[in-house]
Amino acid sequence: MTYRKRNISRISNLIFIFICLFLTLSSPLSALRSAYALDVPPLRGYVNDYANMMSDQTRAKLEAELKAFEESDSTQLVILTIPSLQGEVLEEFSMKVAEAWKIGQKGKDNGIIFLVASQERKIRIEVGRGLEGRLTDLTAGRVIDLAIKPRFKRNDYNGGFTAGVHAIVDAARGEFKAEERRAPTRKKQGSPLPAIMIFSAIALAVLGRFSRVLGGAAGAVGLPFIAYFVLGSSIITAILLGVLGLLLGIFLPTLVSGRGGGGFIHTGGSWSSGGDSGGSDFGGGFSGGGGDFGGGGASGDW
Amino acid sequence: MMRKFTICAILCLVVMGVTGCGYNTIQDLDEKAKAAWGDVEAAYQRRNDLIPNLVETVKAYAKHERETLQAVTDARAKVGSIQVSKDMIGDPKTMAQFQEAQATMSSALSRLLLVVERYPDLKANQNFRDLQHQLEGTENRINVARTRFNNAVQNFNFSIRMFPYNITNSLILHLKEKEYFKADPGAAKAPQVKF
Repeated sequence: MTYRKRNISRISNLIFIFICLFLTLSSPLSALRSAYALDVPPLRGYVNDYANMMSDQTRAKLEAELKAFEESDSTQLVILTIPSLQGEVLEEFSMKVAEAWKIGQKGKDNGIIFLVASQERKIRIEVGRGLEGRLTDLTAGRVIDLAIKPRFKRNDYNGGFTAGVHAIVDAARGEFKAEERRAPTRKKQGSPLPAIMIFSAIALAVLGRFSRVLGGAAGAVGLPFIAYFVLGSSIITAILLGVLGLLLGIFLPTLVSGRGGGGFIHTGGSWSSGGDSGGSDFGGGFSGGGGDFGGGGASGDW
Repeated sequence: MMRKFTICAILCLVVMGVTGCGYNTIQDLDEKAKAAWGDVEAAYQRRNDLIPNLVETVKAYAKHERETLQAVTDARAKVGSIQVSKDMIGDPKTMAQFQEAQATMSSALSRLLLVVERYPDLKANQNFRDLQHQLEGTENRINVARTRFNNAVQNFNFSIRMFPYNITNSLILHLKEKEYFKADPGAAKAPQVKF
């Protein structure tokens, strides 16, 4: 009995080391992200008026118009106003927003971000790759010069946003068509990692009760698969997760139940179905569809 | 008990061998770096295509700036003379040549845009403003493409040095580290009007 206890504590030490290793490897990324002076604000809807530049009426009107536009064309146009850039370069911040929000549908890359920094009096229209043909840098520049800038100069912000949105929508309309009965929302912003982790831990514990081999294999294959395909994490992380998963799969049942797993290999249980349900507890908020941006668009000031 | 552990250990090794040797990963990252390089090239090409139009427009208003305009045209010719290919990202020499030519181009262009400040008529010209938007757009694309290329190279370079991928690479693939895209030497001096 003492032998087993010592064995278990050694195993849990090992698992602890691996978790530490995993956290160490993933932490530089998050540290880097928080080192930026200005964080990307959360995506609240089509109109994200953090600088309070619009009236409630305009906000509601544009929100409805942009929703209708996405429903007909699948193209996502999102407005973001921020009080200040806090020393960041407009184009770099705009790209950061684009990479964080992933506006536009995956594969179509039809997202547009209409960004205004109120204190610096700067405007940027960031255009997704799929729309660069229609909404060229030139067109985006003209929208800024002719539709937005003159109104902003007169302090007519409501008019400027409305005219700008209309001009952009007119330019981008027709390039894409919405698919029939598209699922309205997809992934929420927050990381689904905790939910998936908990689910896989349960799945591993169950599988591991049948056999250590099965549990280990499921852990080694399943964990990196989820990390790689669902979360899109780096391959290196995925491999480390594979080792972690293997160990977890083998030893988790022992830790949970306090006794060794059964001796036979049970071939009935399939682990793959766990992946789907693990990621399904997303909320119903508005979100980007995974569109890609390549730096197209135009900037201006007023 | 002993047999069970042996089976387990063997399975460990097999699974680690399959997922861990990294052959596919290295190939994948290699391709990604090449694709990212394609974007860099495309962005630069886009800028090059804009130059003749820009030079013509500026010439109409600023005839006296012949030297500045000539510098831009020369830089364009020099860029055009370099053979670009997907293999050049593994070749430090061509890579340096390409970067140098593009840097010359960047500084010639920024000088031109500085000169233009003296011509209010030109600045008010819609054609010129359109060109300026396009030029700004391409510069931004170049920046984005370069950053992404450097990230891809970083991932690739790390993958062929990381254990145990380095063994796979040295035994089977024999891929060399790729060159990063360095910042322009003149970039520090280039007028940065945006704040």
